[in-house]
Amino acid sequence: MEVHTTHHKRCSVVSAAGRVDSQTAPELAQAFKEITEENDVYKIVLDMAGVEFISSAGLRVLIDVQKTCRRWNRGELILAGVPKVIYDALDLAGFIPLFKFFDDVTSAVGSF
Amino acid sequence: MDDSDEKKKSDTIQTVVFPGRFESLEEIGEFIARFAQEAGFDPNDAYAVQLAVDEACTNIIQYAYGGEDRGDIVCTCEVSDEGLEVELRDKGAPFDPDKVPSPNLDASLEERKVGGLGLYFMRRLMDNVCFDFTSDEGNVLTMVKRKEKEP
Repeated sequence: MEVHTTHHKRCSVVSAAGRVDSQTAPELAQAFKEITEENDVYKIVLDMAGVEFISSAGLRVLIDVQKTCRRWNRGELILAGVPKVIYDALDLAGFIPLFKFFDDVTSAVGSF
Repeated sequence: MDDSDEKKKSDTIQTVVFPGRFESLEEIGEFIARFAQEAGFDPNDAYAVQLAVDEACTNIIQYAYGGEDRGDIVCTCEVSDEGLEVELRDKGAPFDPDKVPSPNLDASLEERKVGGLGLYFMRRLMDNVCFDFTSDEGNVLTMVKRKEKEP
C-alpha cells in the first residue's frame, strides 16, 4: 500500500493506493493519526481511487477515524473515488449510512 | 487412459504453504486471484473470494495461532466445473465460529464495532463455508464459490 497526505486550506486529503489489509492497515491509521493528533485537523478526505483491496482491518480504521472526526461535531471523514467492488464491500458491512461519498477528490474537498 | 485429461486435472489444483504472518496476505491474495481467473469468475466474484480468504487467513493468524509467526497456513485451491474450492489448514487452537458475535450492521457510528465482520464477510461472499477441527489435522476450513451459470 502507498499512502500520502496533502494539506488544503479547509481539509486534509489522504490518498491511499494498493492493498489495505491486516499488514498495511496500521500504516493508514498512522497517516490519519498524524493529521488529527499532530495537525488538529478533523476534516479529512480519503481518496480511495487507487485502492485495489480493503479488508475488515481497513474498515476498522475508517470507523475509528470517523468516530474521532465526528466527535464534538468538529469534522468528518469523507470518502472519494471509491471503486465499485470496494463500495459493494462497504455496503455489505452496513457502512454506507456512516460516510458521505463523492466521485472525486475535488468535489469532496469542495463540500467542506 | 487419456493423458491430456489427466494433465488438465492436475493443472486445476494446487497447494501452497504460507507462513502465518500478515505479510503473507498479499501473496495469498495473488494466489487466489490466479485461481479465480482460472475458474472464470468475473471481477466482482474474484474480489469476493479474495476478500473471504483474506479474512479467513487474518482470523487464523489472530485467533487460531494467537499472533504472527506461530505456524503455517496451508492453502489449496481447486477449480471444478462448479466453481472454486479453497481449503485452508492450520495447526492452531480450534476455531469455534459459534463463539464469534454477529456484527450489528445497523448500529450507530458510536456503537459500531468491526469485530465479527470477517466471518460475516466469509459467509456472505462464499456459497459454502465449513469449519472442521480434529486433533490430528488441526483446523480445516473449506469455502466454495460457485460459478454463475452461463446464460
